[in-house]
Amino acid sequence: MRDSRWHARLVLGLMLAPAVLWLGALIVLPHIDLGVLSLRERVGPRQYVASLAQYRTFFAEPLYWHVFVRTAVMSVLATFFTLLLAFPIAWIIAKLAQGRAGSLLFIICLIPFWVSETVRTLGWMILLRESGVLPALMVKLGLTAMPVELLYRDATILVGLVYTSLLFMVVPLVSSLESLDNSLIEAAYDLGAGGFTILRSIVIPHAAPGITAGCIVVFMLTLGNYLTPTLLGGKNSQWFTEQIYTQFITRFNWEQGAAFGFLLLGLSTALVILGLRISGQRFGDVMRAT
Amino acid sequence: MVKRFADHTAVDALSFSVARGSFFSILGPSGCGKTTLLRMIAGFIAPDSGDIAIGGSSMRGVAPNRRPVNMVFQQLALFPMMSVGENVAFGLARRGIARAERVKRSNAMLERVGLGGAAHKRVDELSGGQRQRVAIARSLVLEPTLLLLDEPLGALDLKLREHMKIELKQLQAAFGTTFVYITHDQSEALVLSDHVGVMSRGRFEQLGTPQDLYYRPQTPFVAGFVGANNRIEGRATAVAGVLAEVTSADGWVVHALKSGTIAVGDAVEAFVRPEVAILARSAAELPAAQPRHAGEVQSVLFDGANSAVLLQEAQTRREFRIALPQTGQFSDLKPLEKVAFSFDPSRAVCFAARTDA
Repeated sequence: MRDSRWHARLVLGLMLAPAVLWLGALIVLPHIDLGVLSLRERVGPRQYVASLAQYRTFFAEPLYWHVFVRTAVMSVLATFFTLLLAFPIAWIIAKLAQGRAGSLLFIICLIPFWVSETVRTLGWMILLRESGVLPALMVKLGLTAMPVELLYRDATILVGLVYTSLLFMVVPLVSSLESLDNSLIEAAYDLGAGGFTILRSIVIPHAAPGITAGCIVVFMLTLGNYLTPTLLGGKNSQWFTEQIYTQFITRFNWEQGAAFGFLLLGLSTALVILGLRISGQRFGDVMRAT
Repeated sequence: MVKRFADHTAVDALSFSVARGSFFSILGPSGCGKTTLLRMIAGFIAPDSGDIAIGGSSMRGVAPNRRPVNMVFQQLALFPMMSVGENVAFGLARRGIARAERVKRSNAMLERVGLGGAAHKRVDELSGGQRQRVAIARSLVLEPTLLLLDEPLGALDLKLREHMKIELKQLQAAFGTTFVYITHDQSEALVLSDHVGVMSRGRFEQLGTPQDLYYRPQTPFVAGFVGANNRIEGRATAVAGVLAEVTSADGWVVHALKSGTIAVGDAVEAFVRPEVAILARSAAELPAAQPRHAGEVQSVLFDGANSAVLLQEAQTRREFRIALPQTGQFSDLKPLEKVAFSFDPSRAVCFAARTDA
């Protein structure tokens, strides 16, 4: 009896081992190291003292927290626009498309992900740069006299972020909308509700865990994105991940970079908790929806 | 109130009217088009041609949320994201009724269906029968001209279904709302309704009171579908007045009342209800005026008051079901026992055989 229980534990342990090693070696250990790094200050060559100087620098230098807030706001905006765009797509896939049409639409959403993110973003650059396709088209249509530079604008960054994140919003939305019983919609309609009321009082409450799950995933991906803002926004992008990159690679100031990393982690955690509070969702329900 | 339909693939050239305040059932096997018909009345599907009029005004082009019709769905479709009270008040809110009035009316309605004080409960805290009543309350609180019910008892277990059947009838009588009820369960239709339409392949086979359908079926489909019946197909070998002599292909001769015109030589189907036939241990005990038949007990189907015996007719080994009388006279009946039986030919019925069956 005891023997078999011990045996079961061993099997469970072995099965969990890769995941535990993965989490420990790649997530926990580096974070402990980064945490220690962020809490010290270099006072001389190879001389360090514990201090909060890195965090103080962040608040003292307007550029840093300006970029920080800007990244947060842009990420929230990108998440919002992704939701706005993904919802009708998910609705069509889950409710309107019959049989194979639904899977086909899903595959269409998936296909762009066969190409690497770098190549996809470069595709946007080909379309939007001053000598690119879209500005030329606008001149031809007489909308602008001269080709306009469409890159390096906030709107361009948002477009790129929404495009990159769309699938991660569509997937949880489709699964939560598919589980919505059509007769609930019909019943609401039958009881006198119009389209907007049905959306507000039936569809959105039902899909709330899926919506929240999609928003969390998209928000985290966007906040931590480096490639899209850098390529589409250039010098103007002012994304916080770029600051971290600069501190680590260009300035070789690992202490400052580590502090920035922790600030970003804190920001995403705080905003996710805030989002859950506002939408009244429980984390467990949301995770089940993903 | 008149409804007319024509030429729908699922609902074919069908026309009927339901009197205000009555309980009308549409009875038919699954796939006969009854749900399609109901959804057309509710407005979820538009008829290809024809019209539906409710309370004298045409419903053509009127959306479901604007019709004076409410529906109780098969799976009830209560809103799980709302409390019981909010469910009932949902329709009132859509009409722009003030909150206090909504609460008052929905509580009053819950009271009437025996769920007073349940307004704050969540839907999943209720039992099957209570949910049923919430679904009905949610529709009735809007005081519809017509309430549609789509097999609302289908999901309940047998005991509760029997109970809800009675409750539904009482609710309908109390509210006086016109109910249109669809079901494939003939006992629900017979017990509940003032009038029943038996539907098959998108058409009404017969419209009438439950008694009409049971005692005076007009088509072989109705005779076979409503209540239990023994079916004997064969040819009419003699016609005498209102009666016909039916000889089955394997040579069993029975007599039954003609329904419609039947000539000698026609292919016919005869139906004999299990409770019409009289069972006896010996032929001498049977009424002298009735043609006698012999059989052998195949099995005894004990079901309390609905007990029956399954016989094999002696000559053709054809199955024949007879309801057992409640006198206990046949309680010791055993399989393989030889028995005699007879039935009054004027209480059996025969039809010209369906050409498409």
